[in-house]
Amino acid sequence: MPNILRVKNLNVKLDGEEIIRNLSFEVKEGEILTILGPNGAGKTVLLKTLLGFLPHEGEIEWQKEVKIGYVPQRLPFIKDIPISVEEFFKLKNSSRKEIKEILNSVGFQESFLGKKMGDLSSGQFQRVLVAWALIGNPEVLLFDEPTTGIDIGGEETVYGLLTKLKQKRNFTILLVTHDLSVVYKFSNYVICLNKSPICQGLPREILTAKTLQKLYGEEVKFYEHHKY
Amino acid sequence: MLISNGVEQFLLSLIAGIFIGGAAGYLGTLMLSKKMALVAGPLGHLTLPGIALALLYGFDISLGAFPFVILGIILIWLLEIRTKLAMEALTAVVFASGVAIAFLFLPIEQAETALVGDISKVGFWDTLSVIFLCLLLFLIIKKIYSKIILINVSEDLAKSEGMEVKKYNLLYLGAIAIIVALGVKMVGGLLTAALVAIPAAASRNLSKNLFQFSLFGLLLGAISSFLGILSFKISGLPAGPLIIIVAAFFFLISMIFKKS
Repeated sequence: MPNILRVKNLNVKLDGEEIIRNLSFEVKEGEILTILGPNGAGKTVLLKTLLGFLPHEGEIEWQKEVKIGYVPQRLPFIKDIPISVEEFFKLKNSSRKEIKEILNSVGFQESFLGKKMGDLSSGQFQRVLVAWALIGNPEVLLFDEPTTGIDIGGEETVYGLLTKLKQKRNFTILLVTHDLSVVYKFSNYVICLNKSPICQGLPREILTAKTLQKLYGEEVKFYEHHKY
Repeated sequence: MLISNGVEQFLLSLIAGIFIGGAAGYLGTLMLSKKMALVAGPLGHLTLPGIALALLYGFDISLGAFPFVILGIILIWLLEIRTKLAMEALTAVVFASGVAIAFLFLPIEQAETALVGDISKVGFWDTLSVIFLCLLLFLIIKKIYSKIILINVSEDLAKSEGMEVKKYNLLYLGAIAIIVALGVKMVGGLLTAALVAIPAAASRNLSKNLFQFSLFGLLLGAISSFLGILSFKISGLPAGPLIIIVAAFFFLISMIFKKS
């Protein structure tokens, strides 16, 4: 499989503070890469840098003309704006036909389009965000901390939904999380990040008690992965 | 002339008022969604020295206000980049300074016009230029509306769509500058923020979606101005405060609808 993303010697400094140090990795087409790390480890900064929002040193090389869908963690200001689900999708210049198809693929009926965004449950909201990112057929999805606990409807989690969607369209997924369970359940490559890269590789091989202690600090207990 | 001067004057102020009120209400819905509605407050106050100059030397109030609004917009832009305390700092500094400087040289008998506006003496060419500017504003706002909404929802999301956020923000600030310059002519430096914020806030209580939100904002702004200027004609009380009181009344009514 060809590389869809190659990062080499990435350094990010914000307001003089070093946020990411010397990070290098590659992502292959169709791979699910998890960036794991504690709060404040620079995970979100990494996503934003990959999206091209932040100044950086080093190389970030996306496959040519790759289309990226970005799924933010939450949208705190949207509750202040009276906007329907359909209007939210139209902000992206999408046709009604495309909107309907995508909403169907994440399990919503057409009648859902008239709902007010501010009235959605957090599960519905997350599903809408995924659907929004899917408009325009992106090859890569970037997720900022998808909420793990919440039931997005029909006892499905956002990971179940993604797995289902991925079977239909083989996109590449990059997600950042501090939730260890996500890594085992869902991803096939992991980067542990706490400003500098701590480890990277296949989850079952590299996530040992030792690396996790190094990543999260001494007091964190090691969770055996067969529990998941 | 078939119609008397008084009636003609009244119609002109009514037309100018409806256009300014409508444009302010429409733009207000965008500003409210970014929690920017109160920015019109410090901007309005900052225009006071310009208004004072216009009154002293007898030229158009909006024209006097405009350079000061631009100064304010640049301040907002600079401060927003440098510090997150921007809006509070700007409000605290500018509120006072604008008023203070204006009253250093503004004769007290002209203070009312500066503070709460005076649309009742607007001339024919004035009205024509108000109509032209308001139509221009309407077109600009319509063009940037969905972009600014997306930026307001999430700047990151807007950027991930490849949107030129800076360009749209600049057009947006430009629109705010024009509406403040027009607003101070009608409701003065003190009340311009209310002209922008109240119809939009009432509209938000009544709306289920963006379409209704922007439409009701525009209509409530225009109707408030119409009724305010009408009550001025009947009561002889100043038009600016009456417009704002009508708008506030609509807001109270909208609160009832919100609960049900």
